[in-house]
Amino acid sequence: MLYREAGQFKTSYSADQAMLTIPLDRWFVFALAAFAIVGVPLLASEYLMVSILLPVLILSIAALGLNILTGYCGQLSLGTGAFMAAGAYLAYKIATNITWLPIWVVIPLAGLCAAAIGIAFGLPSLRIKGFYLAVATLAAQFFLLWLFVKVPWFVNDSISGVPPAPPRTVFGFQVTGAAAGDEAKYLFVLAFVIVLAWIARNLARSRIGRSWMAIRDMDIAAELVGIRPLPTKLSAFAISSFYCGVAGALWAMCYINSVEPTAFDINRSFQVLFMVIVGGLGSVLGSFLGAAFIFLLPIFLNSAPGWFGYSVASDTITHIEFMLFGVLIIFFLIVEPHGLARLWQIAKEKLRLWPFPY
Amino acid sequence: MLTKKLVMAGVAAAIAAGAIGVAQAEEGQFIPALTYRTGPFAPGGIPTANGYVDYFHLINERDGGVNGVKFIVEECEYGYKTDRGVECYDRLKDKHGGATAVSPYSTGTTYALIDKATADKIPILSMGYGRTSAADGRVFPYVFNFPATYWSQATAVIQYIANEMGGLEALKGQRFAFIFLDHPYGKEPIPTFDILAEKFGFTYDKYPVPFATGTEQKSVWLQIRRTKPAYIIMWGWGVMNATAVKEAANIKFDMSKFIGNWWSASEQDVLPAGDGAIGYKGATFNGAGTDYKVFEDMEGMSGLSDDGDRGTVLYNRGMVNAAYIVEAVRLAQEKYGKGKRVTGEQVRWAFENLDLTAEDIEGLGLTGLMPPTKVTCLNHEGTNPAILIQQWNGKGWDIITDWIPAMSDVVRPLIEQDAAQYAKDNNITPRDCS
Repeated sequence: MLYREAGQFKTSYSADQAMLTIPLDRWFVFALAAFAIVGVPLLASEYLMVSILLPVLILSIAALGLNILTGYCGQLSLGTGAFMAAGAYLAYKIATNITWLPIWVVIPLAGLCAAAIGIAFGLPSLRIKGFYLAVATLAAQFFLLWLFVKVPWFVNDSISGVPPAPPRTVFGFQVTGAAAGDEAKYLFVLAFVIVLAWIARNLARSRIGRSWMAIRDMDIAAELVGIRPLPTKLSAFAISSFYCGVAGALWAMCYINSVEPTAFDINRSFQVLFMVIVGGLGSVLGSFLGAAFIFLLPIFLNSAPGWFGYSVASDTITHIEFMLFGVLIIFFLIVEPHGLARLWQIAKEKLRLWPFPY
Repeated sequence: MLTKKLVMAGVAAAIAAGAIGVAQAEEGQFIPALTYRTGPFAPGGIPTANGYVDYFHLINERDGGVNGVKFIVEECEYGYKTDRGVECYDRLKDKHGGATAVSPYSTGTTYALIDKATADKIPILSMGYGRTSAADGRVFPYVFNFPATYWSQATAVIQYIANEMGGLEALKGQRFAFIFLDHPYGKEPIPTFDILAEKFGFTYDKYPVPFATGTEQKSVWLQIRRTKPAYIIMWGWGVMNATAVKEAANIKFDMSKFIGNWWSASEQDVLPAGDGAIGYKGATFNGAGTDYKVFEDMEGMSGLSDDGDRGTVLYNRGMVNAAYIVEAVRLAQEKYGKGKRVTGEQVRWAFENLDLTAEDIEGLGLTGLMPPTKVTCLNHEGTNPAILIQQWNGKGWDIITDWIPAMSDVVRPLIEQDAAQYAKDNNITPRDCS
């Protein structure tokens, strides 16, 4: 009753092809976006905005990227961290060497560089599949990080090797580096998230998205119906790496304010993979839910005892955090193997029938 | 279904309670302690954190704080992960009226916090790690890295080797090996070594050890066996150190010619190698062991850590770190009002005007544990000798040298050059320190 689709007729093709066809869904998404743009900067504290929402939003972009590759196209990748690093280092390189280029151009440009690298490392996917492909992408992870640390050119021969994010402005507001205002930083990242999520959602239901899914479900059958595996797989690698590159650039420029190799190590790749698995493979919403779950749950578990006034030794909390985190992941995977996005879908089905379930 | 509902109800209750249960704000001098007692670097993180926290506890219990203002220490565990370190910093910085100073004990987190802390007006005391060029106080007003930087340490190590070989001229034509963690931290001293190599005519081979696999060093040591370097210098951290010491013992390298930097010379680095490690040397700036007056005061005190690491190199270093902060707070109170809580900005002033003489340190019962230091606006590294060399005797560390000075004429121009580059990249106008 609360959530009704009955009696909603579409009278034009454009209405039928809209991204969100159910008005309730549409209003909800618009309201959420409006709240994120207007409400959050007005209401949220600095800690909530910069330490919680900012990293979750950035990691959502990375999860979206991996979801395109793994969730939609079925190519398992462990190189997410490396593609993020590519975005971060090249964004730094471009921003510091072409100083007149506005930062909102620099970051997509860095994403494009990451996409090119992604294509190169995606080439083996034509021959190898499944776990073997995962190992091949693992090579990207180690090689690229080694390269960025090894070649001082990427960091402008900085002696320390960890250059700070250059301060850049958009509309006169500083958005990168530590001196940037919290709201400006947050809105800058949010703009990327909204645009990229919108693109991802549309890609997934377009011809290219459908060909990815065909390859994922059965590549031989897909070939037989006329989908060429080479451009399909490589486009997935390219677009996925683009998303990861943008996420990496934002992570370095807006969140940790320095370009640092350990931020993009193998653990980052696994973290993003878990986000996609827990959130829901092949789902845009799942990428957001997964990113929030994997990033926030440890922090929630870590700070929860403090809210109740319990003082527990910090290492004990962390050990409990590890255990609970592991248990919760297993719990969610058993209760709902299709991820949090599926839980949301089930909730919607329930609301459709409420209050008269059968 | 029932379980699901119960879980949901539990989560909802937890969140609701969390929103209501606001922690009571105590009054005092707040110290956010960013620690890593878990994860791959815990062996180094635990003693450091214990020493750091225990010293504040000691000051609270023994002296009742500084002029009656007690320290409130809150730990946040971040597992040496940069992003969690930043989150911890943000979580703690405004608590209890604002943070006094922060010491992250991680190069990555220090780099991430330099700009942030500067914007928040909270001083960073990265004692012998972090950004070396932060020693230029004109560009980095809120970052301090006394008692010495990596570059100073590198020159002092070479100076020590020269002393052993009979003068700087003897370095000519010598071949050394440099083993380092392949990470910004490990690579920091390379430009300094390059300059020294050119200046004094020695050569050195670089042996990077990957961050991910610190324990795989077989090939490195095969090469060292072949090239027979006169001395080995190591810039390592974590499990890599113990492996290197073990491998060196395996190839029967003369341990007295193997020198670790101050993060590569603590008990856990040498104990795994057993007797093979005897003779291994390391740089340090703080004393090891418990033969200091301050430890008598800690005897029998309740509320201190009980991991049995009191007196180890890193525990004592944690104490020294805390002691510098306590003295800075004392100095800040003298200027801004005794018995009152001081802000981060005021502590920054105190750090910059800190002048701890040997007599001051004697009064604190820390003689031998903590080096005297004098910080100025221009020089955040402190004008003081750089390192001591300690040698492992199988049971403990013996300090075998007097203070070895850094070659400031080599290091300072490098620091100024790097700081100037940083200032240029970040549109910072350096302060006038004159």
